[in-house]
Formats: sequence, structure tokens, C-alpha cells
Amino acid sequence: MSQRLGARAVLFGSAVLLVAAFAVGAVSGAYAISLSQLWNVLTSLGQGAGSQSPEHLVFLNIRLPRLVLGVAAGAGLGMAGTLMQGLFRNPLADPGLIGISSGAALAAGITIVLGASFWPMLPRTLGSWTLVLMAFGGGFVVTLLIYGLSRSEGGTRMALMLLAGIAINALAGAGLGLLSVMATDEQLRSLQFWLLGSLGGARWSAVILVGVAVLLSCWAAASLASPLNAIALGEAQAALLGVDVERTKRRAVVITAVAVGAVTATTGIIGFIGLIAPHWVRMVAGPDHRIVLPASALLGAALVLAADTVARTVMAPAELPLGVLTAFIGVPMFLLMLRHFRGRI
Amino acid sequence: MTEQRDLSFLSSSSVPRRRDALRLLSAAALGAGAWPAFAQDSKRLPRLVTVSGAITEVVYALGAEGQLVGTDTTSLFPAAARATPKVGYMRQLSAEGLLSLKPDAIIATNESGPTVVLDQIRTAGVKVEIIEADHSWGEVQRKVQAVGRAAAKEVQARELQARLDAEWAQVLQRIGGAKGRKPKVLFVLSHSASPQVSGEKTAAHAVIGFAGGVNALGGFNGYRPMTAEAMASAAPDIILTSTQSIEAHGGVERFWQRSELALTPAYKKRALITQDALLLLGFGPRLPAAIGELHDKFRAALA
Repeated sequence: MSQRLGARAVLFGSAVLLVAAFAVGAVSGAYAISLSQLWNVLTSLGQGAGSQSPEHLVFLNIRLPRLVLGVAAGAGLGMAGTLMQGLFRNPLADPGLIGISSGAALAAGITIVLGASFWPMLPRTLGSWTLVLMAFGGGFVVTLLIYGLSRSEGGTRMALMLLAGIAINALAGAGLGLLSVMATDEQLRSLQFWLLGSLGGARWSAVILVGVAVLLSCWAAASLASPLNAIALGEAQAALLGVDVERTKRRAVVITAVAVGAVTATTGIIGFIGLIAPHWVRMVAGPDHRIVLPASALLGAALVLAADTVARTVMAPAELPLGVLTAFIGVPMFLLMLRHFRGRI
Repeated sequence: MTEQRDLSFLSSSSVPRRRDALRLLSAAALGAGAWPAFAQDSKRLPRLVTVSGAITEVVYALGAEGQLVGTDTTSLFPAAARATPKVGYMRQLSAEGLLSLKPDAIIATNESGPTVVLDQIRTAGVKVEIIEADHSWGEVQRKVQAVGRAAAKEVQARELQARLDAEWAQVLQRIGGAKGRKPKVLFVLSHSASPQVSGEKTAAHAVIGFAGGVNALGGFNGYRPMTAEAMASAAPDIILTSTQSIEAHGGVERFWQRSELALTPAYKKRALITQDALLLLGFGPRLPAAIGELHDKFRAALA
């Protein structure tokens, strides 16, 4: 393996993995849907509202939105992870570093534990959207706060952002600890499940919103590939090469906040994807962000779909939290890759 | 094809049909014939999934366990309920998992979720009965009624409720007639590492009151972590806890070694009452018996 695989081969390979994960996910689940029934469901789509068999309802209203949400979530996390690692020039960076996950978690915790007593009106008017909106808002506000803290005369300093991020994350962790003391047993378990992530809440309205947010973010991120390649040489060199470093940072932070914020708000915290997908791609394809960005998005989506398929089948009719499986499946594979490509880290 | 028909039966006008079905049910019991309302599968009674230990108990009390196709992880009584397919923790239900059991109805409390999953199940044409848990006798009555409705066993449900209502009235009368001081009772829940004590608006608060005691703690809702000073100032005469909490501590001896309890009047007399968590706090058909027993234990501990 001295020769790095061609860019096209890596993109093609990730896309094939994603399609395979989607296909396996589509035919497996607690509710038995045979291939012929699935074919019936798919062929009847074009003919408007035909038969509404249970298979039809289960596939179109439950399984399919879940698969699409999995694709959006994985793509958003993989892409954002690449942006963060490129921006911080640090292999440990992931979207959680700039406070999105902890901000969202804190807001979700506040909503779960105190929501009913603080704002009795809120759940009634917003219904099941309360948690989603609060989590998205929480992630966004905390990210802006960390971004604001890292500003100095010379512009945004990444070392400051890193430290501010770690500090604010610790603060959010303390807030969650405080909430867990105030929480009842049931609230505590709800919060715990939220922190482990799940695609179980997938409904079309939310899936479409997240899908649009991730698509727009990926589209916007595409223009950052070349600036990030330049930043990899160092911020000063990038500036000499004519890259607007400040603008790149600002955009990367906002794109990450939108994509990961939307994903996290609907699924809870899905760990490891943002960290391992970009590394995985870089180990095989090299550091060019024009390849790493799209390939990480594809690979992240494939990983989330694979993990979720296991999550919803292995204990059926109950299911496992997704975050447990992204770690259980992703980490051993990642460690194998590390051994195999240890010369390239 | 058959499933298709079952679901459409449920999503369409099942309400007026239910009464006919009920009448026919008694007729069928006499061997009088099939049900015209769903002639194709005449002998099939609604398939049920229950999400709450107490609701599962009601299903067994009504003799409808043959219709039970799934329960949640809190359904531990009677022992046979442990062997039913488990749909997971009541707050973390899976839409596809539930539907894979092909239920006609799901009976749950308002503590179940997520809401999105319950909505999806409703959309798929499955009846979802939600019972509000407000820690009152009405909660038990609503559970019996809801299971009776969903299981097409309304006659049996009415009989069961009449019997339970009578039992309840008798227990309350006996407790109301008891003389003497009401004991101050502290409920400790400690299924995990850090013990919690119950304030107002909890099942434990309601149960202590029903059994003729007074909750030693007040002024806050829900559960709080147990601290030594707060316990000393609450000065409970009796500690009430679940069997599971004692097991988690590794026995009664170990439980009393908790420093938080050392300054309470209960500690001096080692006044400890343990009860199965589901029996004590479940608000199921065993509530009258559980309250009666608890009252007797209160009296014995004070004597």
C-alpha cells in the first residue's frame, strides 16, 4: 500500500459503501418486510395513494425517514468533522470541540428536566418540537459564544478557540451534572438516552429540515476545500497564498454549527462519526480536502446507517442507543485502520 | 392480506362496533356463533402491547394474557409477564419494533414515549391508549377501563373494577378508623449508586398518605438526593424503601450503615419497611392489598 488510492476510487468506494448500507438498512428491521413486498411498496409509489398495507405504512412512514435521517446525520457529522480537523489542523478535533454538542445537550437537559416547570406554555405550543428547537438554539448560542471568546486583535486565534471550547464544554458538563441532581428517575433516563443518540424520532417533517440544512451546509463547505488545503500549510502561508483566513474560519464555524446543530437537535448526540470518518478517508486518500470533504460525508452516512441498522434489529422489538453502536462498530474498525496505516498519521 | 384487514378494522369505526362485539362476546362464550363485524377472523381477540408494569398486571387480572404480545421492561409481575417479548424501556419505544408485534392496541401511561414514536404507531392504524398517571385511585380505575376497552373485555373489566372499588373502600375505611399518631415516613429509592428521597407529587408520597402516614419530607416536588442533615431534620419514624434498593445495597445491614440515616428516629428502632417497587408504586390492581399491608406495617413499627 505505498501508492495512495486515486481520488475517484475513494469517492466511488465511499459511495458504494453508502448505497450498500442503505440497501441493507432498507430490507432489515424489526417488522418483517420481504423483498417482494418492498418491491410492491416502491412500485406503487408512482401510482399515488394506492393500497395502504401495513408494510407500506411501516416502510414509508417509519423506516424510510429513518434511513434518510441517518444519511443526513452521518453526512453532516462526517463533513463537519473534516472542517474542524482542517481548521484546527489537529487530528483530535471534532464538531464537539466548538461547543455544539455540549450546548445542545445542556439545552436539551434544561428542557427535559426543567421544561415543564419553567415554561409550561412552551411544550404546549411547540409540542414535540420544543426539544429540537431548544437543542438547536443551545448548540448555536454556545458555538457563537466560543467563537466570540476566541476573537482577538489579530483575528480569531485557534488556540484560544480550542481553550475556550474546552472551558465552555466543561461548564456545560457541570450544568448537566446539576440538572441530573434535580432530575427525577424518568427524566434522568430520558436525558441519558438523548446523550446516546437515536434516529428513532425520525418523521418526515424533521427529516426534511435536517436534510435541507445538511445539503446546504455541504454545498457551502465545498467552497472551503481549497482554502483549507492552504491553511494546512499554516495560517500565514495561507494568507500569503491569497486565502481570506478569517472568512474561512467564520464560514467553517457557521457551517458546522448549522449542520451538526440540526442533526444533534433531532437525534441527540451521535459520537465518533465526526472524528473517525475524516481520518479514515485521509488514511486511504491523503489530505486533499477536495476529496476528504465529500468522501467523509459519504463514509459518515454509511457508518451511521450501518450502526443504526444494528441498533434497531439486534434487540428487536426493543432497540439499542445509536451512540453505543457507533462506538462499538466504528472504533474497532478505526483501530484496525490505524494499525494498517500507522505510517501515515 | 389478513394484517391489512385487521388494521383497517381498527382505524375505521371501531367504536360503535365495540359494543356489538361485546354483546357477541358473551354470545360467543355460549357457543352461539361468529362475529359478523369481522367475519374473516372471527375468533381473534385484539392483540395488546402494554407499556407499564401495572397495566400488564391489569391484563392478567382480566384473564386477557393470551392477547398480550409484548410488554415493556417494567412489566415484572406476574412472573409470566417476564417471558413476554420486551419492547424496551417505556421512554425509549421503537415504532417498528412495536409494530412488528402486530398489535391492535397499545396501552401506556403518559410517562411513555417518545411522542413521535407514539404518533407513528397511531398513524399505522394501531389504537394507542394513554393513561394519565396522577397517583390517585382514579389512575387504577382508568387502567382497568382502558385495558377492558382495548382487550374487548369490558364486562370483565367492570366486574374487576367493582371488586377493586369495594376492596379500596374497605381498606380506606380501616385506615381512617385507626387511632393514634400518624408516623412520619421517609421513602428512599436507591436502585443506583446515590439514594434519592421522595418529596411531594410522587407515587411514594401518595402511597404513604393512603396508608395513614405522613411524608417526612415536603416543600419540593419529585425526588432529591438524600443528605445527612436533611434526613436528621426530617426526623422520620419509619424508613420505607423498595426491595430492589435493599438488594442494590447488598442487604439490610449495609443499608443501615448509610451515614445519612444515623441521626433519624427510625435508625434507633431500626424501623425499616421494604416492599417490592412495582407493588408499592405501580398503582395497579394490587394497590388496595399493598396499602392495607403497608398500614399494618406502619402500626407495627410504631408499637
